[in-house]
Amino acid sequence: MGKYIVSRFVGALITLWIIVTLTFFLMHLIPGSPLNNERNTSEAVQRNLEAHYHLDKPVVVQYGIYLKSLLQLDFGPSIKQSSQSVNDMLGQGFPISAELGFYSLLIAVMSGIVLGILAALKHNHMIDYLAMTIAVIGISVPNFIMATLLIQQIAVNMELLPVATWASPAHMILPTVALATGPMAIIARLTRSSMLEVLNQDYILTARAKGISTFNIVMKHALRNAVLPVVTILGTLVAGVLTGSFVIEKIFAIPGMGQYFVKGINNRDYPVIMGTTVFYSAFLILMLFLVDIAYGILDPRIKLHKRGD
Amino acid sequence: MGVPNQTNTKIAEPYTPDEMFVPVEQNNSEAEMISRPSISYWKDAWLRLKKNKLAMSGLVILIFLLIMAIIGPMLTPYSMEQQSLTKQNLAPSSEYWFGTDNLGRDMFTRTWYGARVSLFVGIMAAMIDFLIGVLYGGLSGYKGGRTDNIMMRIIEILYGLPYLLMVILLMVVMGPGLLTIIVALTVTGWVGMARIVRGQVLQLKNSEHVLASKTLGASTFNIIRKNLLPNTMGPIIVQMTLTVPTAIFAEAFLSFLGLGVQSPAASWGVLANDGLPVILSGDWWRLFFPAFFISLTMFAFNVLGDGLQDALDPKFRK
Repeated sequence: MGKYIVSRFVGALITLWIIVTLTFFLMHLIPGSPLNNERNTSEAVQRNLEAHYHLDKPVVVQYGIYLKSLLQLDFGPSIKQSSQSVNDMLGQGFPISAELGFYSLLIAVMSGIVLGILAALKHNHMIDYLAMTIAVIGISVPNFIMATLLIQQIAVNMELLPVATWASPAHMILPTVALATGPMAIIARLTRSSMLEVLNQDYILTARAKGISTFNIVMKHALRNAVLPVVTILGTLVAGVLTGSFVIEKIFAIPGMGQYFVKGINNRDYPVIMGTTVFYSAFLILMLFLVDIAYGILDPRIKLHKRGD
Repeated sequence: MGVPNQTNTKIAEPYTPDEMFVPVEQNNSEAEMISRPSISYWKDAWLRLKKNKLAMSGLVILIFLLIMAIIGPMLTPYSMEQQSLTKQNLAPSSEYWFGTDNLGRDMFTRTWYGARVSLFVGIMAAMIDFLIGVLYGGLSGYKGGRTDNIMMRIIEILYGLPYLLMVILLMVVMGPGLLTIIVALTVTGWVGMARIVRGQVLQLKNSEHVLASKTLGASTFNIIRKNLLPNTMGPIIVQMTLTVPTAIFAEAFLSFLGLGVQSPAASWGVLANDGLPVILSGDWWRLFFPAFFISLTMFAFNVLGDGLQDALDPKFRK
């Protein structure tokens, strides 16, 4: 297990390095200097600005400086909003985005697994069809459409919940739900199919024959095996929630990380795009790494292997 | 299943003398005859798919969408770009079936024009993924050994890259546009296909029919084309049906971030994005139609993909 963790960690670092390098050189492929704008700046000011952002040095040197600052967890400046650095944006936006993402994922995992189990237990009954209808809708409707529909129906027409922003728990419900439906649907379908497979196994039949209640069979015997596939796709789902949050934050005017990223794209603020991309990628890679390790802990077969070592 | 009913009911005779029993003449030509009609893999898969009502409804919806994408814009007297300043923001009526937008453009024409763009992006992305994935995965799996090792390392790294983030980054660099969207989607998208093909080829390359071809002197290319590919087609097709909605969704997502195709051209994603802000003022049709068709397409491809997965799985073959 220890060896496995180390090799996975090294792999994650290499992937991260490749992302950083790719991002850096892609950004430098864009013609023109990021400082070119409509404002008329004198030659001297322009040169000072370039020196300040190290733009007067060769690309390779810039790359070295960038890597060095990244190692010190400095994600670079913003060129369009000179008062803020990417670190400021991360500091302000990330806690909010993390909150949104965490709640969404929590709701998605819990409701998805419950829906999947119910559907599997009542295979080919009303509940199964109902759960799978919800799942298909969740997969088919893109989250920005889901978000708009929720705002229009629940916030504007019924006036049950606030329309936008991120102030109180009531404000959090709609964006969290809009972000959670997609992953929830995927989890529900996956749980259902793996649960159906597990429930047909002999050891479940044995448990039944011993007179164990359905609840206990599901909780103690079936669930652990049935959620394994869910754990494997958790990394992908984190990525989905993360990218989904760009859109959800824009629609609900939530001052999170995604807003800065989208604003950076719209303003062509390259250092911000670069910094946030690297930060997001690092976060995602860390999540994938953690998911892999969680899988190793959860999968009884991997444990057996360890004992045999 | 559909086996022709043979006459196996015999009228019992009251008395049969022994002399009537004559040995049947041995006929070598009939010895190898197969009494049951042989059903090819594809025919069998089709028969099973036909029974899956949900998957079939997905197929019907897709055919409908494709036909409408071709003829839809021609059904109205309006062109996609034609503006009419006196007819802005009209609700759906007999004159404008899907209403008009803020520039008085006909939404019906624009929606089906958008269908062309969205479906084109989806299908092109799937085709290019298929080409690269099959070549890369096929080669990697077939060559095996060190080549396979190195090629798979590269794939592992690419697989770790966050897909949509990379697509956004590429779009920022290359600038918005139809072609750049397809390029951005396929640069990172082919990896999944390559992994599937490689896995399949790895399993198949040691089977007897490949050995037979090799013994008969078939070239590597021919073995991949004739022996390996047809047998991996099932998972490949499933993967392709699931790539199309992913690409359409990604395109809608990019349009939402302002990185999609540029006006006056419009995809469903662009149309839906334009329709988002006006929904609160009551102009529901601006968002409803593109959003509805995006969802319908996603639904159709997903249920068809699921159905194909079951139908093409040799495990379920009867």
